[in-house]
Amino acid sequence: MKRRAPFARLALILALGLAGCGVEADLVADHAAPSEKPAHGDTFIEALTGNISGLIPNVLSDSASFEVGSLIYNGLVTRDRDLNLIGELAESWRFSQDCLDLEFHLRRNVRWHDGEPFTAADVVFTYETMINPKTPTAYREDFRAVASVEAPDPYTVHVRYTQPYAKALQSWGIWMLPKHVLEPYVREGRLRDAPQNRSNPIGTGAYRFKEWKPGEKVVLVANPDYFEGRPYISRVVYRIIPSQATIFLELKAKGVDSAGLTALQFKRQTEYPAFRKAYHKYEYSANAYTYLGFNLRDPRFADRRVRQAFAYAINKRELIDGVLLGLGREATGPYKPGTWAYNPNVKRFAYDMDKARALLAEAGWKERNADGLLVRNGQPFAFELLTNQGNDERKKVAEIVQASLKELGVQVDIRVIEWASFLKEYIKKRRFEAIILGWGIGLDPDQYEIWHSSKTGPDELNQISYANPEVDALLEQGRTSCHQEERKKSYARLQEILAEDQPIVFLYFRDALPVVSSRVRGIVPSANGILYNFNEWYVPKHLQRYTAG
Amino acid sequence: MLGYALRRLFLAIPLLLGITFVSFLVIHLAPGEPAEIQTGDLSVQSDAQARQLLRELYDLDKPLHVQYTKWLTRIVRLDFGKSFSPDSRPVLQKIGERLPVTLLLNIIEMLVIVVLAVPIGVLAATRQYSLFDKVTTVFVFVGFATPDFWLALLLMILFGVQLGWLPISGLRSLNWEYLSFWRQQWDFVSHLLLPILVATFGGLAGFSRYMRQSMLEVVRQDYIQSARAKGLAEAIVIGKHALRNALLPIVTILGLSLPGLIGGSVIVESIFAIPGMGQLMVQAVFERDYPVIMGNLVIVATLTLVANLVADVTYSLIDPRIRVGVRRGRR
Repeated sequence: MKRRAPFARLALILALGLAGCGVEADLVADHAAPSEKPAHGDTFIEALTGNISGLIPNVLSDSASFEVGSLIYNGLVTRDRDLNLIGELAESWRFSQDCLDLEFHLRRNVRWHDGEPFTAADVVFTYETMINPKTPTAYREDFRAVASVEAPDPYTVHVRYTQPYAKALQSWGIWMLPKHVLEPYVREGRLRDAPQNRSNPIGTGAYRFKEWKPGEKVVLVANPDYFEGRPYISRVVYRIIPSQATIFLELKAKGVDSAGLTALQFKRQTEYPAFRKAYHKYEYSANAYTYLGFNLRDPRFADRRVRQAFAYAINKRELIDGVLLGLGREATGPYKPGTWAYNPNVKRFAYDMDKARALLAEAGWKERNADGLLVRNGQPFAFELLTNQGNDERKKVAEIVQASLKELGVQVDIRVIEWASFLKEYIKKRRFEAIILGWGIGLDPDQYEIWHSSKTGPDELNQISYANPEVDALLEQGRTSCHQEERKKSYARLQEILAEDQPIVFLYFRDALPVVSSRVRGIVPSANGILYNFNEWYVPKHLQRYTAG
Repeated sequence: MLGYALRRLFLAIPLLLGITFVSFLVIHLAPGEPAEIQTGDLSVQSDAQARQLLRELYDLDKPLHVQYTKWLTRIVRLDFGKSFSPDSRPVLQKIGERLPVTLLLNIIEMLVIVVLAVPIGVLAATRQYSLFDKVTTVFVFVGFATPDFWLALLLMILFGVQLGWLPISGLRSLNWEYLSFWRQQWDFVSHLLLPILVATFGGLAGFSRYMRQSMLEVVRQDYIQSARAKGLAEAIVIGKHALRNALLPIVTILGLSLPGLIGGSVIVESIFAIPGMGQLMVQAVFERDYPVIMGNLVIVATLTLVANLVADVTYSLIDPRIRVGVRRGRR
């Protein structure tokens, strides 16, 4: 189970992202019976597959560190259950009509873990840290459009932008850092060397740091002075267990309280009464979709009819049933169903082999050779489909695509390549014909980096070399407004074009499948997953398992 | 004798240099570098500026030979440098906190293996083709063929999940601090039982086979015949005359497994979530944490060379024939 960083993070993913909605219907009823009052106490044990790499998440990039960091630190804003931005350290904010000025009013009762008050000076400091060229952070881009950040009084922050920036508000979800502790390190460009990156980090969050035994565990304890009140669960222990198989066994032996399951584990290996009694299962769409991508510089794939034909020939439902045991949702575009930018009224490609054949014939692929392959100008239709090693799911998808296209008379050869060289030698150098990959999508609908025609350079993300002037214009409109209704229009149209154009064949959104110990109450699954209200989770007194702490 | 050892030690220096140079080259040639991995490979946030900053910070923008020379000048002063991982802790500190667990685990494993493998091998050899020999042969092949991770998972399911007798993973229970002293010891031991069992199983198979083979060769020798002809009891023939000679090759093998004591077992450590050297190394490789990888390699390579030397020296100490050979060579 991974906690999201409070940023729109679009990343070509190996790991799972999560958020979404829905819970198994039969479970909704037995949450929080009225007699079981919220109580303080108990320990919540979570498993991490990787060691955390530090305790100041602003300069880190691994999901384990983000997960731990998000309990220790707060941002000015955060996302609620419906993915709306709400205040966290900020009480309120206001945009100017032209979207260029943003004013935050801060909460007044917030204290750092060492007792110092949190003020506007810390916000200015965090901003300066993020834009300091010596700070090795991956989030500088979020603050590039900022012209100035000022603190007219200790509880007001005024941000001025050089141009309207759609992700302006969201970017202030960045973890706030304490000026009085970290200033000298930032000035010298040694923030990573700060002792607070190794132990005793100072945040404002609901949990305080207790200990970090590298490779073994990280322990946090409830912050009694938290501005929203002390969280119910007294102690959070992150156990570092590299093997997924071991995590699953620990789950069965009740050695951990929560874990993300695979589709197979979820459907087939946890359906016995003892497990169902000990754990509640949740399922919701992850923030990531899998796709079949083409190199659009290849003349065969540059023809839209070929891509549409492939979209018709791939039975997505069958794919989801085969690869994910049904635990996924068909993708019609790059936005997740249920989010505000999602447009359900786009062209869909229901499985239809006749339409697929007709489209290919239109594109000139009519005749067949002795092997039954489609031929045009004497060339048989054959291509190589690449995917990365270590992801069984993608390999299976590739195999199903291979079988589907074979029926059309197209030969597909699958090649699986180790991740690092896959990126370096094939993706970045554009040495591929077709790929099976996934995109992790952020919570903001801006996907400029993926679809804009200016982003086709070797280190850039429009790897398929997609170029469509109308799409470019819509992406530009969408990212330069701070008004959701205007943006929604741009993205709705964007999805119509992408669906029609099929620059990639959108396949599916996988479900995230976490389970949490059934003694924990207060979990409300939502579009934003389950972890967003962790501070409100509790274990009724009589069910508490750990007394220590 | 001392001269011989010193000469060998001296010859090891260019060898060690060669090893470090080739390793340095190879890990830098592998695709993916720490600056890329840390700035979120292929993510929107990965900005060129952050990447460049890291490359400068780690000297990755310099030519390879410059990087190597820099590393080398530090390492001769026993400065292993700082990890490239964002916590940027000293390499030696990282290795230092992982080493005790791995050492403890592997030394116990080694002892158990030797204590069990020697009698098994001897018995199997002296009763060749007996039921015991056949049973151990089967056991040995099963041991060789069983993948560690599979055996580990089966044992975890049996003792951890079904019976609930032993903890599944980790080194200590979460409430360890609150246990009484003896409870703490038992807790620690119970966490180590399964990993040691798994690690021992595969190694035991190999070792007992070597022992059996070595013993079989020795008991066919003439001096064993003459010992028997003298009318010595069979126990003395085997236990005193045969065993001591049969142990010679075992000493070599034991010597060569010394570096393995430090290296740690990646599979056992990962499956049982033991924060040891194996895990550190694997994580370093994934993160392209060059200083940690190189630091580890230097230590293991040095130990391998030393272990080779120690094996040779002890060999000559316990085998007079070789000792004589050395003397003759020096003359």
